[in-house]
Amino acid sequence: MIRINCPYCGERDHSEFSYGGDATINYPSLDASEKDWTEAIFFRKNIKGFQFETWHHSNGCRMWLVVERSTVTHEIKSVKPCHPDLQKVVENNK
Amino acid sequence: MKTRRIDNYGKINRDKILSFSWDKKNYKGFEGDTLASALLANNIGIVGRSFKYHRPRGIFSSGVEESGALVTIGSKDRRDPNVRATTQELYNGLEASGQNAFPNVNFDLAGINNYLGRFFAAGFYYKTFMGIPPLEWGKGTAIWMFFEKFIRKAAGMGSSSGLPDPDTYEHAHDFCDLIVVGSGPAGVAAAIEAAEKKLDVILVEQDSLIGGNQLAENDFDNSQIKNQLENLGIKIMTRTTAFGLYDNCVVGLLERVTDHISAPNVNFPRQRFWTIRAKHIIVGAGAIERHIAFNNNDIPGVMTVNASKHYLNRYGVLTGKSIVIATNNDSVYETAHQLSEAGANVTVLDSRTNFEIETNKSFEIRKGYVPYNINGSKKIDSLDISKSETINKSETINCDQVLLSGGWSPAVHLLSHRGVKPKWDYKNACFLPSDTKENITMVGSSRGLWNKNDCIASGIAGTTSALNRLGISKTNYFFPKPGGWKNPIQPLYEVKYKKSRSKSFVDYQHDVTTDDVRLAHREGFISVEHLKRYTTLGMANDQGKMGNIIGLSLMAELLNKEIPEVGTTVFRPPYTPVSIGALSGRNVGKHFRPLRVTPMHQWNIDHGAKMIEVGLYQRPWYYPKENETLSDSYIREASTVRKTVGICDVTSLGKIAIQGPDSNEFLNRIYSNGFSKLQVGKARYGIMLRDDGIVMDDGTSWRLAENEYFMTTSTGEAAKVMSWLEELLQTRWTDLNVNVTSVSEQWAGVSVAGPKSREVLNNCVDDSFVITNNNLPFMGVTSTFLKGNIPCRIARISFSGELAFEVYVKSDFANTMMDLLWENAKKYDGCLYGLEALGALRVEKGHVTAAELDGRVTIDDAGLSKMASTKKSYIGSAMRKRGVLKNNDREILVGFFPVNLKETFNAGTIVCEKNNIKGQGIGRITSVTYSPELGHWIGLGFVKGGLDKWKDTNLVGADPVRNKQMNLKVVSPHMIDPKGERMYA
Repeated sequence: MIRINCPYCGERDHSEFSYGGDATINYPSLDASEKDWTEAIFFRKNIKGFQFETWHHSNGCRMWLVVERSTVTHEIKSVKPCHPDLQKVVENNK
Repeated sequence: MKTRRIDNYGKINRDKILSFSWDKKNYKGFEGDTLASALLANNIGIVGRSFKYHRPRGIFSSGVEESGALVTIGSKDRRDPNVRATTQELYNGLEASGQNAFPNVNFDLAGINNYLGRFFAAGFYYKTFMGIPPLEWGKGTAIWMFFEKFIRKAAGMGSSSGLPDPDTYEHAHDFCDLIVVGSGPAGVAAAIEAAEKKLDVILVEQDSLIGGNQLAENDFDNSQIKNQLENLGIKIMTRTTAFGLYDNCVVGLLERVTDHISAPNVNFPRQRFWTIRAKHIIVGAGAIERHIAFNNNDIPGVMTVNASKHYLNRYGVLTGKSIVIATNNDSVYETAHQLSEAGANVTVLDSRTNFEIETNKSFEIRKGYVPYNINGSKKIDSLDISKSETINKSETINCDQVLLSGGWSPAVHLLSHRGVKPKWDYKNACFLPSDTKENITMVGSSRGLWNKNDCIASGIAGTTSALNRLGISKTNYFFPKPGGWKNPIQPLYEVKYKKSRSKSFVDYQHDVTTDDVRLAHREGFISVEHLKRYTTLGMANDQGKMGNIIGLSLMAELLNKEIPEVGTTVFRPPYTPVSIGALSGRNVGKHFRPLRVTPMHQWNIDHGAKMIEVGLYQRPWYYPKENETLSDSYIREASTVRKTVGICDVTSLGKIAIQGPDSNEFLNRIYSNGFSKLQVGKARYGIMLRDDGIVMDDGTSWRLAENEYFMTTSTGEAAKVMSWLEELLQTRWTDLNVNVTSVSEQWAGVSVAGPKSREVLNNCVDDSFVITNNNLPFMGVTSTFLKGNIPCRIARISFSGELAFEVYVKSDFANTMMDLLWENAKKYDGCLYGLEALGALRVEKGHVTAAELDGRVTIDDAGLSKMASTKKSYIGSAMRKRGVLKNNDREILVGFFPVNLKETFNAGTIVCEKNNIKGQGIGRITSVTYSPELGHWIGLGFVKGGLDKWKDTNLVGADPVRNKQMNLKVVSPHMIDPKGERMYA
C-alpha cells in the first residue's frame, strides 16, 4: 500500500486518495486550438522513475496534491498542494 | 491399535484428553496436539490421496510447508477443504476426513491412475486441447470441453461446501515502529533489543506457541521468554501469519481467532485480517528442510528429519521404530541421536564420504550412501540403498520410516513479495536474501544462519540496523556469515536410478515427478516460469516450499547450467492460503458497499414506496396501491402527474454550493451554454463537457445572489462533478476566487409536478404571492418559507414536461415538508411517484439521463446543439469540434415507436436496416417505457444520421438476447408537447 503524507492531514493510506493524472501538463487556454488541446489531453510520457502526478484527497481534506512518486518503487519524494498559493502557505509553516 | 505416543516426551498436556474423528472413526489426542501429531500417535499413516495418481500420501512435515496431509475439517456449511493437518490444532470434537479419494484414502478406486501415469504427465491438461492422436479428433476446444468436467472432478483436492459461510470475519488495523515476523531465537532477540530501545514492537508468530524451531528441542521451555517479551510491552500475536509484505512497510496478517476452539464464542470472528503499518520490518521466518527426489519417495512413512524431531519432542510421538535418515548435511545428527535415545533403531545414510561428526555411536552412519528406492505401497517395507558415486543395487534395509534432509531453504518469501530476488549461495546450497533499500531486514535462518548463537546475534544486528535506518541511533553492527555447520553440505537433489520405471517426486502436492521436469524440458518449457505453469511445480497450497529447489536443480542440470542461471520463480503473496472470507471481512451481503438513503426514506416506505437501488442510493421505485403491479403503478403515477399533480423525492441529485466573486466566470467556463447573463433569481439548465469534448453531466445552477449559486448534478455523477470542480479550481484556474462545497446531504428535495402543482404549493407556502407565474416564471428561483416557518428554496424546473417545481428544505425538515405537500396534493387527487414514473415522463419528453449520456455522446449527438455556445470558450469547446466527433456517421438521439403499436420492445435493442440485420446495426435503444399519454410503448435511443435520414423508413429492432425482433419507426425524441406549452403554463 502506498502511504501519502498529506500536507494537511498527515500520512494516510492511498485508499483515501484518488489518482488524478500527470501534474506537469500546462493546460492551454480555453480558446486554444484543437491541436494544443490534443497535445495536452492525449499525449503522455510513460516515465520510468520519479514523476509528478496529482492525487485528490477525496476521502479526506478534498485537497488536490502534487505527489512526486517513483513508478518503479512507489517511493514518494515529495507531496505538495497543487494550488501555488497554498504551496507557499505550507512552505512558510514548515 | 498400538499407539506411537511415548512417555516422558513432548509438551502436550496429557491430563487433557481430546476426542476427534478421522473419516468418521473416533480417536483420542491431547491438548497441544496438532491433527497431524494426533493422527501419527494413533498410527494412521495414510491421510490423503495424491492429486493426479491418487497415490497414498502421509504426513511429510510438521508445518506450513506440508504438501501431503491436506484434509477436510468440519462438516456441512463449516466444511473447510485443503487444511494442512500439520498446522491444524486439535480440539475436542474436531471432525476431519481425507479427500480426493473414493470410497476412502485407504482404499481409493482412482488409485488405478497410478498405472496410467503416462497419460497424466506434465501438460496432459493442455494436450487435451490438441485432440486425440493420430487424427487430432476433437481438436480445438471440443474435446477439452468434453473431458474438462471429468478431469476437474478426478484431479481436484477437497471440495467446498457450496453453502454460505456461517462465520464472520474482521478487518483490523494497527501501527508500530517495528514488526518482527517469527518468534525463533533471531526474532525474539530482535524484538527484545528493539523494545529495550523504546520501540513500539509487534511480534508475529504463525504457530500457537512462540519459539520457532526451538519447539522441536527437548529441553525448550518458552514461558520465560514469553514473560520477558510481555514485560517489555511487546505485542505478541500468535496463530497469526504475515502472509504478505507491501509498499511502505505495510504487512498483511491473518489471525486465526477461533480455528482451534471447539465451540467458539459466537461474538468472535473466525479470522481477523490485519493491515499493519510499520516503520521497519524484521523477518525471522526461519528455513524449510528439503526432501530428496528418488523412486517412491512419497510412500507414507517418508518425512523430513526436522518434522520427526518436532513430533518427538513437542508431541511425544515416535514416528518410526526402524528409521533410516538420508542426508547430505550436518543438521540431522542431533535428531538421529534423540530418536535412537527414544527407542528407535536408527541408520543414517550420508551422501558425503569425507566428514567428521561427534556421536555417541548409538546409531549407525553409512558414509557415502544414498537411498534410491522405497519398497512398499501403503507403507514402507524396506529401502534400497547404494553408494552415492554409482547407483547400483547394493543393499536393502528393512525399515518403517525414511527421514529426509536434502538441505535447508531460507524462507525468503516475504522479501520476494517486495520484488527482491534472492541470490544463490553455492557453499550452503540455498537461496539467500539479497539486500534491499526498503526498511526490511532478514534475520536468523531465513538469512542462512544454521546455529542458534548466530541467529541471536543476527536478531540484535537486525534491530541495530533498523534503529540506524530510522535515524534513532548510529551504531556499528555486523551480521554473522551464512552457514554454521562443521562440515560443508554436499548438494543432493535427486538420486537417479535408471533401471526401474520410477516415480520420483519433486512436488508432492501436484504429483510432479522428475520425469515431468524432463518432459517439460524436452517440449521446450525451459524457463522456470514456463516450467512452473506446464508442470504445476510449486503451485497450490504449499507453493513449492519443499520442492521448488529440486525442480530448479533438475532444470539446471538438463540445461547444463548452474542454478542461479536458471533463476527462481517469484514468490507472491500470500505465504500461506488466506480464506476469501477474511479478505472480504464484514463487507458482505448488504454491507458490501455503503448504503445511502434520503432524509425522507422512512417516510417514503411508510407511504407504500417500493425501493430501488440507484448507485449507492435507495430511491422510491413505485408506490403500488393494493394489488397493483409495477406496470399498473407507474402508469397510474405518470398519468396522474400529467392530469393533476405528483410528488417525487429527488434528494439523491448532487448539490453543490458555489460561492465567491468569480463564481459567474467559473460557471461560464464549465458549462457549454452561456451563464454570464443569468440573473439573480433565475436558474439555468447546463451541460458540462469533458476536456475531450464528450458530455460529462447535465444539471441546473440557480443564482441565489450576486456571488452565490446552488448547483444540482445528476445522481450518478455527483461525486465526479464535485471532484472535477475542485480540480479545476486548485490546479488550473488558481486565480479564480471561488469556493465549492458539497451540500448534497444538507438539502432534501422534491419535485412537485403536474398542472395542479402551483395550487398545491400555494397551500404549502407562507406567502403564495411569491410563486405566481409573474413572480416565479419558468426557471425562476425564490427563497421563501413553507408553512410552519420552514425556510425553503423553490425553482420552477421541469423534468416531466409539466408545470413543475423543485422544492428544497434543510434535511431535518424533510418529513415535515413531505407531510405538508402530500396532505395538499391529496386534495387534488395527486399521487406520490417513483423513479419508474419519472422515467416514463422524461422519455415522453425526450429528456436525456445517464442511460443516454454514457460517456460516448457529444452535445450534438444528444440533439442539444443549441446548448453549445458560439459566443464563448468553455471546457471541451475546442475538442468537441475535432474530426471524429463531427463525422456525418454519428449516432444521433431520436425517439422510437413500434410500427405495430401493440408491440413492446426493450432497452438494449439493436437498431438495423431491414435487409441488413447484423453486428452493431446502425443504432441502439437506450430507454424504453410505456407511454400513458400516447397509449403505446416508446423508446429513446440513437441512430446513425438521426431523424432526418430515417423519418420515412421503417427500421428493425433486433433483440437477439431475448430472441425478439420488431419493426420500428423513428420519431422526434420530443414525443409529447414538443413546444413545451405545459411547462410554461
